[in-house]
Amino acid sequence: MGFKVRAKILSADDMDRALTRIAHEVIEKNKGAAALAVIGLRSRGHHLADRLQTKIAAIEPLAQPVGSLDVTFYRDDIGKKLRPEAFQTDIPFDVTDRDIILVDDVLYTGRTVRAALDAIMDFGRPASIQLAVMIDRGHRELPIRADYVGKNIPTAGKEDVKVRLIEIDEVDEVVVGEPDAD
Amino acid sequence: MSRMLTDGKDLLGIRELSRAHIELILETANSFKEVSGREIKKVPALRGRTVVNLFLEPSTRTRTSFELAAKRLSADVINFSASTSSIVKGESLKDTAATLEAMNADLAIIRHSAAGAAHFLSRVSRLGVINAGDGSHEHPTQALLDLYTIKEKLGRTDGLKIAIVGDIAHSRVARSNILGMTKMGAAVTVVGPPTLIPAEVEGMGCHVSYSLDDVLPEVDVVYLLRLQLERQSESLLPSLREYAGRYGLSARRVGLMNPEALIMHPGPMNRGVEIASEVADMPQAVITEQVANGVAVRMAVLYLLLGGGANG
Repeated sequence: MGFKVRAKILSADDMDRALTRIAHEVIEKNKGAAALAVIGLRSRGHHLADRLQTKIAAIEPLAQPVGSLDVTFYRDDIGKKLRPEAFQTDIPFDVTDRDIILVDDVLYTGRTVRAALDAIMDFGRPASIQLAVMIDRGHRELPIRADYVGKNIPTAGKEDVKVRLIEIDEVDEVVVGEPDAD
Repeated sequence: MSRMLTDGKDLLGIRELSRAHIELILETANSFKEVSGREIKKVPALRGRTVVNLFLEPSTRTRTSFELAAKRLSADVINFSASTSSIVKGESLKDTAATLEAMNADLAIIRHSAAGAAHFLSRVSRLGVINAGDGSHEHPTQALLDLYTIKEKLGRTDGLKIAIVGDIAHSRVARSNILGMTKMGAAVTVVGPPTLIPAEVEGMGCHVSYSLDDVLPEVDVVYLLRLQLERQSESLLPSLREYAGRYGLSARRVGLMNPEALIMHPGPMNRGVEIASEVADMPQAVITEQVANGVAVRMAVLYLLLGGGANG
């Protein structure tokens, strides 16, 4: 199944500026970066987490560890949908008493974030978990909200938003479009 | 055609799997290996599923490994062993399966002394079936964890030279491993006394040698089978001492091998028979890693069979 692009919402520069702003918001809200750790959701959130961590470290030069999380085994649709490919989780630090910034590309139903919260709790007891996303496209099915948002894009049910990253897609951009059935 | 990943119900043997299936299992096992290193070694993937360990032949490590794998996936596990079950009262395998079905179990892991028992169970019941060893036929999860260990340690399976040494004729581990290793691109040579090598074994795509010393200098992996001591009473072996002298992996023989080559054994070991005690404790011997990887590989198989849903 293809994807038909209707509009480009964010350019590479827009995305970079959004991440810079989020980095400042994170530091402001947490009054520094001493207890921060950044965890990205596989696979795109993981690359965004790396970028956000670099930006935070440029402002507050204290090392914040970065990890990546795959929530496949915590999903609530196991057995209902196509079996998603499982990636490896890599959290090389103790999450206990840290302020965790959870990073994903798109916030939609909230179910992935719900799974991620459960997964992180299995690693320890963080002081707090805050959510940063590049795009919030609405249509939540759970009482979950983002603390930091790159851009809000209200979408119709049929529409889809794609965050493309250099590391995976060879381009940095956010586009909105529809699944194309050919 | 394999039923695995098509209707997602069974893992009956390596014979039924394609290379792509094996690769999918090994990749999924990679994700689960990390789970076993966590503070809380458990994920909720199979919550609410019920798995039955139907071990009708003695086994500690395979049963424990499956039990641990299922529990780390949050499945409920029922252990059913021959001595404590109604099997001793004469209940047939088919009736046992019907009973387990009526209790809404989802999957049975079966170990049985008769070849084909897992296939039979799969035919007569709706339960998913994993073959945990059927007679001298197959033991697919052992071969999968061995392949995983080889790939983890050596980075590949393609083009490797592997010797499987010992009682090839009576070994389900040998059969599954010959099938799996050749499917994954390795060249397998079976080594042992002529009485313990079946005549038609070359038909499975491997070579035969009767001399361990000739084979050792070339191999990347030497895989030692447990000598089933009960075979001695069938007059297939002159004596254990002679077997150990000709086919046991001694420290001298390890000296013939490439220092990077792996020494593997499915356990339980007869130290001093197929493997010298000091060899079992050498760094090239990855026998305990095989056990650790067994849990991750069995988690992957359970997850792929029970967590799959309706994909093709």
